Amino acid sequence: MTDNILEMRHITKTFPGVRALNDVNFAVRRGEIHCLVGENGAGKSTLMKVLSGVYPHSDFEGEIILNGQKKEFTGIHDSEEAGIGIIYQELALVPEMTVYENIMLGHEIRRGMTIDVQEMIHRAEELLKRVRLSVNSSAKVKDLGIGKQQLVEIAKALSRNVKLLILDEPTSALNEDDCDNLLGILRILKTQGVTSIMISHKLKEVLSIAETVTVLRDGQTICTLDRQKDAVTEQILIKHMVGRSIENIYPPRTSRPGEEVVLEVKNWSAYDAKLGRKVLNNVNFRVRGGEVVGLSGLVGSGRTELARSLFGNPDGYIVSGELVFKGRKQRFSHPRGAIRAGLAYATEDRKRNGLVLIKSIQENISLANLQGVSKNGVINEELDKQTALNFVDSLSIKTPGINQLVMNLSGGNQQKVSVAKWLFVGPDLLIFDEPTRGIDVGAKYEIYTIINDLVAKGMSILMISSELPEILGMSDRIYVVANGTITGELDAQTATQEAVMRLATQY
Amino acid sequence: MNELMTVLKKNVREYGMFIALAVIIGVFTILSHGVFISSRNIANLLNQTGYIAVLAVGMTLVIIIRHIDLSVGFLSGFLGAIAAISLTQWNWPVWLSILFVLGLGVCAGLLTALPVAGLGIPAFVASLAGWLIYRGALMLVTAATGTIIIPNESFNALGNGYIPDLFASQSFLPGIHKTTLVLGLIAAVIFIFGQIADRRRKLQYKFEVPSTGLFVAKLIFMSVILGFISWILAGYNGMSWTVVVMLAVVLIYDFITRRTVIGRHIYAVGGNPEAAELSGISVRNITYAVFGSMGFLAALSGILFAARLKSATPQAGTLFEMDAIAAAYIGGVSAAGGVGSISGSLIGALVYMSLMNGMNLLGTDISLQYVIRGLVLLVAVIFDVMTRKRKS
Repeated sequence: MTDNILEMRHITKTFPGVRALNDVNFAVRRGEIHCLVGENGAGKSTLMKVLSGVYPHSDFEGEIILNGQKKEFTGIHDSEEAGIGIIYQELALVPEMTVYENIMLGHEIRRGMTIDVQEMIHRAEELLKRVRLSVNSSAKVKDLGIGKQQLVEIAKALSRNVKLLILDEPTSALNEDDCDNLLGILRILKTQGVTSIMISHKLKEVLSIAETVTVLRDGQTICTLDRQKDAVTEQILIKHMVGRSIENIYPPRTSRPGEEVVLEVKNWSAYDAKLGRKVLNNVNFRVRGGEVVGLSGLVGSGRTELARSLFGNPDGYIVSGELVFKGRKQRFSHPRGAIRAGLAYATEDRKRNGLVLIKSIQENISLANLQGVSKNGVINEELDKQTALNFVDSLSIKTPGINQLVMNLSGGNQQKVSVAKWLFVGPDLLIFDEPTRGIDVGAKYEIYTIINDLVAKGMSILMISSELPEILGMSDRIYVVANGTITGELDAQTATQEAVMRLATQY
Repeated sequence: MNELMTVLKKNVREYGMFIALAVIIGVFTILSHGVFISSRNIANLLNQTGYIAVLAVGMTLVIIIRHIDLSVGFLSGFLGAIAAISLTQWNWPVWLSILFVLGLGVCAGLLTALPVAGLGIPAFVASLAGWLIYRGALMLVTAATGTIIIPNESFNALGNGYIPDLFASQSFLPGIHKTTLVLGLIAAVIFIFGQIADRRRKLQYKFEVPSTGLFVAKLIFMSVILGFISWILAGYNGMSWTVVVMLAVVLIYDFITRRTVIGRHIYAVGGNPEAAELSGISVRNITYAVFGSMGFLAALSGILFAARLKSATPQAGTLFEMDAIAAAYIGGVSAAGGVGSISGSLIGALVYMSLMNGMNLLGTDISLQYVIRGLVLLVAVIFDVMTRKRKS
């Protein structure tokens, strides 16, 4: 008889029109690290929201048994009380407050009428020690890197005496060092008696840490694999996740890049006056027609800064150097000029700055090229609709209609809307920043196929990515960025992950 | 009938305020034994609504792009006083002083936008400074004279006058303003043909359209409403110039927000400024445009109000900004940005002013009036949030 800290039995949760969870069973043994994997929309986050009381027990069918007792949570407060802590992808810290204030937020220690600052700092520092984080507890959270913020969040959960810690894609925004560190912390917490459930898309990471893996697909439990008994590999997990085995993660490309240079950047430097530091230093690179150029580098290396400084410089960096686009020396002072010249930039964080989530698919697709659907400043509604319908069709965006708000789409479909928006502009060069971040395996394949189709038609793509296999699998040539400058150029045919990493960590 | 219910359910937010307005009209009509719905009172109500509705239209856009403009109340008062001074002291012709004041309004709006768009100063603070400045300016220009009486008939007609009856006749429908009826009829005909053409185009593109039955029902319903309103107005002096101005502003702004490139840009900037900027839209320019239009409408509101009072007073414009903001929120704009409509804000202004007018008719104590207005605002916003939640 195994000792289960948690059992969720026959959980069914429906939203209007959708059955998000269908008779899901999920059991977690005490003291283990249990990973939950599945495509986007498989129901992982919904299941965790059921567990943490975000959806009160009256909103779903089935039962939750925690420590052998049946629980009926009516809100997050109840689950917190029962020792469940949940950490979301988007961190819930107050940037302007200090580390200790954040950790103790909502559980401040009082002395009489006032707050006992000394005691709070003392408690917070004990918790920071448990997560092996050495920062000044009076530093503001906004001054910490994202990896450290994550640990602060975990410390905050520990302050509530958590026995079951849920992490929803904790590493999606972290670089490799921070990832490793976080996984290490989870192992340490395990020895301190904390059970963890981790949702992740990164299968390597899952394999490195999980003792048990549960796969969800289409709101159903597909299987629960015990690493000690069952053979678990990436291939097996992917097969369970998508319900088919993907032989080739990267679709083959038949087209070859052309000879003419579309974009050439020479001695490009950028200075951020707000931060008071150089973000780019003497960058040189070129992109040919019909070529996919991979831009690799660790988070914070200056990849995104490079893209944005070229694309009309919306951050107001002080820029120097030469930008030759389509044979002409150019300098764009606003994204508008860049777009008109034939440059497009799909951002890495589509929710934050890529799409207008509260607007429809139709309105998002034509947003960067309203001239294309209007005459004398008046929009031709029918043409606008037809344009959206064509893209929904050609990119197979899964949606009930073009009036659907973008926020209701899955990550993969949102990314396709973002692609559609830029395709409608008809650019010569698309800078594609993290094209597959946070989207599932099936949708990734579709995005890659779209990239191949585009370069076959002669468009050039500058692909920024943190995922090394993606960079190696999709690029014709690779540039590696580190510390605001390009540390090397590699041919994708012969490059290896190790070679890229070596250049990326060159300072 | 089933289809009607689903359509109503889907658009409960849009129709909710219509229903609320109908209920308010119904309740006041009963309580006032029919005085509320009388031609004379409705004409009066619409004239009262004019200067607030015009402000609410501008405020809607300002709130859509996540800002606020507190300065517009006293700005409209101040510009009304400038209009009065230019007419009485400088002896300018009416057209010139109106153009001048409207131009000043645009400048004032752009000035408010300057620290907001240029330096990122919160609009609340920037426009609060404007509120103080224009209040002082209004007191200053009226200090010597006190209330400035405007003797100019054609200027005052903007606030009090009615359109002439081209078909005046004592034999046919005596006492009824025939031109207003004809205008109502024309509006209904234009509406019907526009809707039919729109439906035909949609069918051509194989887009979804409501069933023929529901479509005809909608046409009949709207035509009856239009006919009813013009019948009521025709029963008194007909359509006033204020109503003409208000309708023109609403129609033009409605068109701009729903059908033009700049309208889309405004909603995109409100919905996600960063994404808008990276889509090639200049957030700064949109901010200037929206505040410029707000200033223009504040000037128009000031003109309407001064014309209505036939004078410029040192208190003109007091709390107008709050009335406009309340009307916009009742009409469904969201402070989170990117959500709101011109037609909604017009309804919001009508709801708000109907309450005021109705309670005045019933002789409700002024202190109680404020409390009730506050409660209605609260209920409207709560209703808005609830329906929004259910949708998503």
